[in-house]
Amino acid sequence: MELLCPAGNLPALKTAIDNGADAVYIGMKDDTNARHFAGLNFNDGKLAKASDYVHERGKKLHVAINTFAHAGAEERWKKAVDNAVAIGTDALIIADVGVLDYAANKYPDVERHVSVQASTTNLEAIKFFKNNFDVERVVLPRVLSVQQVRQLAKSSPVDLEVFAFGSLCIMAEGRCYLSSYMTGESPNTVGACSPAKYVRWQETEQGLESRLNNVLIDRYQSDENAGYPTLCKGRFEVDNNVYHALEEPTSLNTLELIPELMAMGIVSVKIEGRQRSPAYVEQVAKTWRMALDRYKQNPDNFAVEGAWMQTLANLSEGAQTTLGAYHRKWQ
Amino acid sequence: MKFSLGPSLFFWPKSQVESYYQQAKSSSADIIYLGETVCSKRRELRAKDWIQLAHEVAKDSNKQVVISTMTLLESPAEIQVLKKLCDNGDFLVEANDLSAVQIMHDLKMPFVAGPAINCYNLSTLKVLLKQGMMRWLMPVELSGDWLKSILQEAEEAGVRNQFECEVFSWGYLPLAYSARCFTARSEDRPKDDCQYCCINYPEGRRMNSREGEKVFVLNGIQTMSGYQYNLINEVTALQELGVDIARISADNEQAFIQLDKFKQQLTQPAHYPLDGVNECNGFWHKIAGMSIAQ
Repeated sequence: MELLCPAGNLPALKTAIDNGADAVYIGMKDDTNARHFAGLNFNDGKLAKASDYVHERGKKLHVAINTFAHAGAEERWKKAVDNAVAIGTDALIIADVGVLDYAANKYPDVERHVSVQASTTNLEAIKFFKNNFDVERVVLPRVLSVQQVRQLAKSSPVDLEVFAFGSLCIMAEGRCYLSSYMTGESPNTVGACSPAKYVRWQETEQGLESRLNNVLIDRYQSDENAGYPTLCKGRFEVDNNVYHALEEPTSLNTLELIPELMAMGIVSVKIEGRQRSPAYVEQVAKTWRMALDRYKQNPDNFAVEGAWMQTLANLSEGAQTTLGAYHRKWQ
Repeated sequence: MKFSLGPSLFFWPKSQVESYYQQAKSSSADIIYLGETVCSKRRELRAKDWIQLAHEVAKDSNKQVVISTMTLLESPAEIQVLKKLCDNGDFLVEANDLSAVQIMHDLKMPFVAGPAINCYNLSTLKVLLKQGMMRWLMPVELSGDWLKSILQEAEEAGVRNQFECEVFSWGYLPLAYSARCFTARSEDRPKDDCQYCCINYPEGRRMNSREGEKVFVLNGIQTMSGYQYNLINEVTALQELGVDIARISADNEQAFIQLDKFKQQLTQPAHYPLDGVNECNGFWHKIAGMSIAQ
């Protein structure tokens, strides 16, 4: 099972490889990828350097082109595919059906993965991508229970990749317009959720307030830790009851599922966080590498170490982790 | 231009669904969509009941009836139900997931690509046309300019005459889908023990900011807009773009009134100022969806 780590810049990429990633995924410096943040991602020169670094060490590079191509501007997404192929990417991670069509026709020999943003959650949808674009792999959205992943793994005609750790997107990826509803910008169109330019912090008499495009997302008392106002993780009111109506600030952590994922034949575990620092990448890659190696050495007696969980919890939103939808009770 | 009544996104008792579609049958809608698009646990009507209801609505009426299908399908059992609906033999099907596109293609039957199919550009549109798409409803977050651009490209590519274009024009917008049921969560229950509590909220459950702003509506695993989307003042623009159908989303209270009002815009156009605390049209104007461009 491949350990696939995120990198938002060259230092993070090197750190990931040096700390045990089997493969790294990156995006370009424009709106063709779903982590389109200022100061992040790779221009053409950096892309080539990333490819060299990874390949010289016998590892793999995946390039994410995982937003939806804009009407009248499809060339930008096609160009991104061309660039990724030119620097020798091992796989293209694509969300848009039209972009997949282009990649499959123009570069039939370059491996294509269906991005999590394509919301592929069942066998017939997987067949759609296999039949039309001969994809090698599908990245499953974080909405399936372990049982559902197992069922799919049994019948899927293509390899499956799952999310293992990182910020938890609670909606079916690629099917969430909450961010554009509030700000005009969404992961699908702009490559960002709850974009930082719409965030405002304000000390008030009632507490510290976080706002997104002027909508109150949360209000913190002095003894509470304030988190980034991702709009689905704020506190809202439903019939006079104020609570985290959608989700609490928390991250996904599936270390304890390693034996099950292995048994199912999942080919790759993905770490979320291209927007995070090299220090984050280092800690997560190292911890996951240790856990995967430990499992391989002695699969029958695998146990998650408390120290691993602690390290990962410290890197998590709200310093807490969850199994998310993998665990039915979360749903 | 024609007008459609979209599928009810809420969970209503069977008797209410039946009386609603009796009313729909005598409404001014040209096209009626029906079926469950949100949650497979909502079984007041099963696949055969929806198909039977479709027959009843179509009987002795000049309306086109379309069966709408689920958006988030996660289990083989859900796919089985989807196949039954797709293979109904009589009615056009609205696909809201690529699984339905695949199944309709296998059946060699035409389909409507619903709002939850991520078709953002001409290349995707062309792939869907090859699969058998005959009508396209764009993702609700897209603007009038975006639509104009795609339709122009389709014209230039010589494919515009191969599909009808429908636009979601009125109602609470379906914005997101999750594994989690937010209505069950609001009652502090896990989804596996939801007790079908959505049925107690025939128009969903309001989720407001702590300042009382109507942010979203919780509707089971679906999150909807807190304001009603309203393109009443864009009917002429829709016509000029060559939009074939405007969709009014089914709603207990107002959908039939809105259908008449929208239709009237064709003959007696009027400007309706939108209500800032209940309505929005931002997506159409390429600004935050919840805002209003008057």
